[in-house]
Amino acid sequence: MDFLNAIVAFANFVLVPATSYGAQLALGALGVTLIYGILRFSNFAHGDTMAFGAMVTILVTWWFQSMGINFGVLPTALLALPFGIIATIGLLLFTDRVVYRFYRRQKAAPVIYVIVSLGVMFIMNGVVRFIIGPNDQKFADGVRFIISARDFKTMTGLSEGLAIKASTGITIVTAIIVVAALFWFLNRTRTGKSMRAFSDNEDLALLSGINPERVVMITWIIVAALTTIAGVLYGLDKSFKPFTYFQLLLPIFAAAIVGGLGNPLGAIAGGFVIAFSEVTVTYAFKKVLKYLLPENLEPTGLVQLLSTDYKFAVSFAILIIVLLFRPTGLFKGKTI
Amino acid sequence: MIVVEDVHKHFGGFHAVDGSSLHIKEGSITGLIGPNGAGKTTLFNVVAGVLKPTSGKVLMQGEDITGLPPHELFHKGLLRTFQIAHEFSSMTVRENLMMVPPGQSGETLWNTWVGRANIRRQEEELRDKADGVLEFLTIDHLADEKAGNLSGGQKKLLELGRTMMVDAKVVFLDEVGAGVNRTLLNTIGDAILRLNQERGYTFCMIEHDMDFIGRLCDPVIVMAEGRVLAEGTIDEIKANEQVIEAYLGTGLKNKVTA
Ligand SMILES: Nc1ncnc2c1ncn2[C@@H]1O[C@H](COP(=O)(O)OP(=O)(O)OP(=O)(O)O)[C@@H](O)[C@H]1O
Ligand SMILES: [Mg+2]
Repeated sequence: MDFLNAIVAFANFVLVPATSYGAQLALGALGVTLIYGILRFSNFAHGDTMAFGAMVTILVTWWFQSMGINFGVLPTALLALPFGIIATIGLLLFTDRVVYRFYRRQKAAPVIYVIVSLGVMFIMNGVVRFIIGPNDQKFADGVRFIISARDFKTMTGLSEGLAIKASTGITIVTAIIVVAALFWFLNRTRTGKSMRAFSDNEDLALLSGINPERVVMITWIIVAALTTIAGVLYGLDKSFKPFTYFQLLLPIFAAAIVGGLGNPLGAIAGGFVIAFSEVTVTYAFKKVLKYLLPENLEPTGLVQLLSTDYKFAVSFAILIIVLLFRPTGLFKGKTI
Repeated sequence: MIVVEDVHKHFGGFHAVDGSSLHIKEGSITGLIGPNGAGKTTLFNVVAGVLKPTSGKVLMQGEDITGLPPHELFHKGLLRTFQIAHEFSSMTVRENLMMVPPGQSGETLWNTWVGRANIRRQEEELRDKADGVLEFLTIDHLADEKAGNLSGGQKKLLELGRTMMVDAKVVFLDEVGAGVNRTLLNTIGDAILRLNQERGYTFCMIEHDMDFIGRLCDPVIVMAEGRVLAEGTIDEIKANEQVIEAYLGTGLKNKVTA
């Protein structure tokens, strides 16, 4: 019984949250990796693009809520999501047209793109704060739990509860659908293949009649969808605050690099590696160990490797280890 | 077919192509020879839209194509191969070939999601075509190999195969024969002749192997130091004093006069 309780406690505080966080990071990292593979730069504006997409979705959600439109047990935000995606597509294509295309024509060095994307980041950052403000926003509605801790306890008779939030379930299901659709697109369709070809060998792609502007456009469209979905899922799970999206940049980049930049499969793996490390290292294991160890050995401290304040250090540490020992990432990406 | 008018290409102060003019006649197999560093590849890059010329013009069938991007030239029927073979390394050899053909209905974003049956049929046709090309080049056993794993010579064959997937008008071959063994060289030569005769391809090919040039090319253009030095049939070229001095060397001269 104690053993089961330990497992349930572990699942409740580590497994479930890390899976959901991992899925959100994976979606973010997929966008970063696509941009790196095709446009060949690290997009620092990624976090704030997520914030923008989430913001539009929240505004539409509020509007729907004010009109009494809802999605039953599911959050209204899912209904508003397509609007967020469309707005973000508009924003990214606009940015590409007025900013990035200029540098593409100049054949600018990647480092210039990175700095340019930093500028874009500050602008998006400002736009989001200007429209919705810097504060926390709540927009989740619908059912809150798939299983609540109390239900789980009465169901199983265990003293530990396992709560699965609706947002967790939605995150995982959505992530699976999105990833499946993306991989189908990249591997099965001609357009997707031409994107892979472009990423593999740009010169040859051009000489094979692949239109670079079209590839770039489709990349931005996919990235807009990925960022908005990731941003909304993260907001549903935690809450929406522009600054947290900026902070997400680090774990997202860590995930993309750990997995191998430019490699979509790697981005997903990287997302989960980072999420699980972060949650495991910052979780206080006292509760789990209490069930496993004999009474006299029971830990007096929290058995927490790192305070949650330092969770970003985990991304950094993993990043450095990977770059030292396997610069191409877990899955072979491009060397950086 | 292709007219190059007084093209200059400077890299900083270095004049890689220094006022070249030439004319590639429709239906011909024109050879382009010259010493290493003569500017042959650079001239190809200018014609194929990879590099913008410092000055000068390139015309295709009377139309000014100077500075058009490579993918637009591709759709006009102008193809090239690379001196250092390029490939989509993470795709299989067959997929590499199937990547080439333009203007299919799979190309529009809308068609990606609807009309799958139509696309599947086209994919099958493409696949058959790719397999035919691979068989012709005697590398059909490598169809499912990742292109990145091919040997240097096999990559050259793949380069040539790429030009056989579409109906090109004019193809620029940059040393397709280099690093390929004798028997295969003959196969490549046959392929070029057949494409020229049966499908009406115009070729312009850079090559260092004089026998290979002699077998296929008429006329032959000689470049040296960024300029066109001479033009004529292979025998005329071999007898040309200037060419012998700049490129062929006296060994050949003795052979020719003997
Ligand atoms: N991107 C570049 N920047 C600077 N110099 C270049 C560049 N590309 C070519 N060159 C120079 O231009 C000259 C001509 O090069 P090119 O590749 O056209 O020669 P080539 O005639 O094809 O020679 P080879 O027979 O060896 O292939 C060389 O001296 C080369 O160093
Ligand atoms: Mg060359």
